[in-house]
Amino acid sequence: MRTIALRQALREAMEEEMRRDPSVFLMGEEVAQYNGAYKVSQGMLDEFGPKRVIDTPISELGFAAIGVGAAMNNTRPIIEFMTWNFAELAIDQVVNHAAKMVSMTGGQFSSPMVFRGPNGSAGQLAAQHSQAFENWYANVPGLKVISTCDPYDAKGLLKSAIRDNDPVVFMESESLYGDLGEVPEEEYLIPIGKAAVKRVGTDVTIVSYNKMMKVAMGVADELAKENISAEVIDLRTIRPLDWHTIVESVKKTNRLVIVEEQWPFGSVGSEIAYRIQKEAFDYLDAPVRRITTADANMHYAPNLVAAYLPNVERTLKLVKEVLYMNK
Amino acid sequence: MQTPFDKKTYLYWYELMMLMRRFEEKAGQLYGMQKIRGFCHLYIGQEAVAAGIMSATKDTDNMITAYRDHGLAIAKGISADACMAELYGKATGCTKGKGGSMHFFSKEKRFFGGHGIVGAQIGLGAGIAFAEQYQGTDNATICMFGDGAARQGMLHEAFNMAVLWKLPVIFICENNGYAMGTSVERTSKVLDIYRLADAYDMPGDSVDGMSCEEVHKGIERAVRRAREGGGPTFLEIKTYRYRGHSMSDPAKYRSKEELEEYKEKDPITNVLKTIMDNNFATQEEIDAINEKVRVEVEASVKFAEESPYPDDSELYKDIYMDENYPFIVD
Repeated sequence: MRTIALRQALREAMEEEMRRDPSVFLMGEEVAQYNGAYKVSQGMLDEFGPKRVIDTPISELGFAAIGVGAAMNNTRPIIEFMTWNFAELAIDQVVNHAAKMVSMTGGQFSSPMVFRGPNGSAGQLAAQHSQAFENWYANVPGLKVISTCDPYDAKGLLKSAIRDNDPVVFMESESLYGDLGEVPEEEYLIPIGKAAVKRVGTDVTIVSYNKMMKVAMGVADELAKENISAEVIDLRTIRPLDWHTIVESVKKTNRLVIVEEQWPFGSVGSEIAYRIQKEAFDYLDAPVRRITTADANMHYAPNLVAAYLPNVERTLKLVKEVLYMNK
Repeated sequence: MQTPFDKKTYLYWYELMMLMRRFEEKAGQLYGMQKIRGFCHLYIGQEAVAAGIMSATKDTDNMITAYRDHGLAIAKGISADACMAELYGKATGCTKGKGGSMHFFSKEKRFFGGHGIVGAQIGLGAGIAFAEQYQGTDNATICMFGDGAARQGMLHEAFNMAVLWKLPVIFICENNGYAMGTSVERTSKVLDIYRLADAYDMPGDSVDGMSCEEVHKGIERAVRRAREGGGPTFLEIKTYRYRGHSMSDPAKYRSKEELEEYKEKDPITNVLKTIMDNNFATQEEIDAINEKVRVEVEASVKFAEESPYPDDSELYKDIYMDENYPFIVD
């Protein structure tokens, strides 16, 4: 199978869906002439022209609203935010409008659209450019939330998101755009709302998503050296949460650790912990534990970045606590 | 007084404005009786704006507005029955009892709501117009907001992109003098709100909102420009609401004299005078219209009273288009 970068997988998803459905268009800052701030939309202006690949001024609130209005009126916009940090300016349109459209119109209008862009930290970018918002949007009825880490999932899920009849928040990662992965030439879709077991194991379940999957897989590698078998689940979709897959895994491993780039208060892991204690209480041999970012803003200095984000070393220590190996 | 508008137009304006006014008077009364709950913002005094827009547009043109939406929804063709039932929160309402006073919608009538976040619908209106342009139609979009919303950042972002992309939208600021309790003078040094269009090279104009004729003329010009690919227009339509901001507002921030001054310019009285001066109708014909409106409003109350509330099972419906969405229920 061929190997392509994540940014190309995302681009192929958009290109294929735009060829398939003339009502789909891409709008955002630098998406057209500049070929995308992170080159995700490279070449799309050439193929689809300025009518369907649309550069905007730096007006996140305004172009998000134009997207929602256009989605109410028989089109399927893809609204790219240069980062989800900037999308904070547009959260009124995502939460107060896109997410409410079916409800407050009694089902007459909807907003079939995708809001997408990179989420979370990406090196030493300091406090305003390093936030991860999955849990914010996952709290909102009316939205679906996807957060992916590899090219295969990203392509299949973005295609499903574009075809979905509800608004989808689609979260990527700046630091993963160049990552390579196997993606088939032929078309495929991945259903929204299904987690994937990325590594089968028997001793402990590690749940993660987006770039923290690298930490989860790294921990599993380290554990394997000590003959401990970790099962790693990639959530892929945050809302709706596929907790059934986690429960099935915990029934087998009896232990659960969540690794996420998320502030701790009300994190995605908090919701998972609630669900698992309720649905699999009798199967748990240890408390559900999670490792999140620090409950702080991310600073610039490299040592403070390292201290802020979950890493393999600290996650490994936590997993060993759950395995009662640290005593 | 001679008029360039014909008898049919005047009688349409008169009947429509009477229906809006009587509906709103009834809604206010029912709110006092606690039959209608939530927020309730009445359109009384502003009827000429809706009437003039309607006579200058076609059915396939779109309309979007803020939460003071009853009159405009009726003007766009949503029945008094569906509107009153919605105020009652009944399943037969225009949004099935899910939107209430602030969220009237009709896809069929191209009425895009009914929005409760001040100024946010300015961008939605630009987006609705964007979709018309994208799909190659000649439909115009009427995008309405109040003088309070004119101070939101959204106005500037939407104006800028609408001009840049020549979107077929007519932005209308219904300036009724007060953003809730704050007069226009207390919100900005720019008191001629239509001049905000200048910053974005958009044609802008001020229109007398107590006159159906003037509203019609302003809208007609703007709609023509939109259909011909000339892009957006901004009209500041100066109007006045006779009642408070909402039913809970006693409107102590303005004088009785000011209110009386505007009531002197009442659009319904004016239109009726023109009808009588030009012999467009006899008193008997006017009485017949009044009676028809009275019956229609009374019937809407009966319809609303007798309609059922939405079934409890509707709680999880119309959240997603996806009918199989797995909600968290415990």
